[in-house]
Amino acid sequence: MSRGIAVGLYQPGTTPLHRLPPGPKVVGLAVASVTIVAVRSMPASFVFLALALGLALLTGVSLRLLVRSTRPVLIAALVVGAFQWWFYGRDKAIETLVDLVALAVLALCLTASTPVNAMLDALVRWLGPFRRVGVAPERVSLAFALAIAALPGMVELALETRDAARARGLGRHPRSYLTPFVVRVVSRAQETGDALQARGLGD
Amino acid sequence: MALIRLDAAGVTVPGPPAERTILAPTTLELAERRIGVVGGNGSGKSTLVRLLNGLVTPTTGRVLLDDVDVARRGAAVRRRVGFCFTDPSAQLVMPTCVEDVELSLRRTVRDRATRRAAAIDVLDRFGLAHLADVSVHALSGGQRQLLALAGVLATEPDVLVTDEPTTLLDLRNTRLVAATLFDLDVQLVLVTHDLELAARCERVLVVADGAVVADGPAEASIAAYVASVEAGGPAGAGGSGR
Repeated sequence: MSRGIAVGLYQPGTTPLHRLPPGPKVVGLAVASVTIVAVRSMPASFVFLALALGLALLTGVSLRLLVRSTRPVLIAALVVGAFQWWFYGRDKAIETLVDLVALAVLALCLTASTPVNAMLDALVRWLGPFRRVGVAPERVSLAFALAIAALPGMVELALETRDAARARGLGRHPRSYLTPFVVRVVSRAQETGDALQARGLGD
Repeated sequence: MALIRLDAAGVTVPGPPAERTILAPTTLELAERRIGVVGGNGSGKSTLVRLLNGLVTPTTGRVLLDDVDVARRGAAVRRRVGFCFTDPSAQLVMPTCVEDVELSLRRTVRDRATRRAAAIDVLDRFGLAHLADVSVHALSGGQRQLLALAGVLATEPDVLVTDEPTTLLDLRNTRLVAATLFDLDVQLVLVTHDLELAARCERVLVVADGAVVADGPAEASIAAYVASVEAGGPAGAGGSGR
């Protein structure tokens, strides 16, 4: 069983958000993101977070998935928040931290309620007009899908590499971990490229 | 059955220090329903089968599938020749099982609902329908390999090339994948270290030091391979492992 994160994992359902086409959902996420970033107020941040959590509840996102998916963002947000506290004070730090978590929860609502293939179809449709200037919508959408799919795979590789380093008694030195990790990521990218070519994707 | 023809097809890679032969010019006609390829690690057998759908381009000679040149019309050939890798993790590129199979069907089935239904049908054939919406990262090794097969076979190729599909599997999953492979209604080219599996093929090629050194009925080829290994002969060493 994987210890990987659950980013990009579709949760089947029939909620209003599931029934909504990808286009309005993406536009909604963009508008919400700009609003959250533009409104500079700590109380407003908590309102945004409450709304995002409410939407997650409405979408049927389980608490387990919510915790697993937002944990990495929460860690990053804590680091950013600490710097904000140092430079700008407590209120600004809390506002930034809460805003980042709210954005992560909203993004989770989108991926949990939208199959990746539906996103790909939408992207192909949206990029259709750019065919005349040489853009290949299928390839762009495939790259998008790979970027989403790569995240849990990278986490899996990172954990395997860390375990391998520990098993060889190499301790916690970043060099004993990062070099093999980068090599494995490049190797995995080559294998994935071969596999895509073998499946005729991108031909 | 498709006719696969290697016409003095060979693969070399440039130095330094000097040009190296991965596969010597090889001439073969493959028309049997079940073809096994055995040989040591790095012997060149993976390179040989990668030629069959254009994953590797020959540096000399040519490879033809029913008279279609693989190097010139790779896309057309890949629609007829499916390929499965040893490690299915690299092959599964979408978050969930059904989405991965749907990805294979994108070119042929435009309507999303129809595509999903077709993907679930494919999963059902491999006993994976109950895992349709499960993350590909949550599957066991055997389930991953079966899903990789399902993703490739969803497009209904005429030929399936599998490169050591059971190497990473336990006995139970090896038997499950082997039973699935040999039940398929496609021409199968199977690279394997499992001689029991190879023995089930009609024809077996033995590859050593970048050349096909034995070619014939399974029993004779496997006996030649085992004798060569026991005599301390070349178990490989010439290839790159690819």
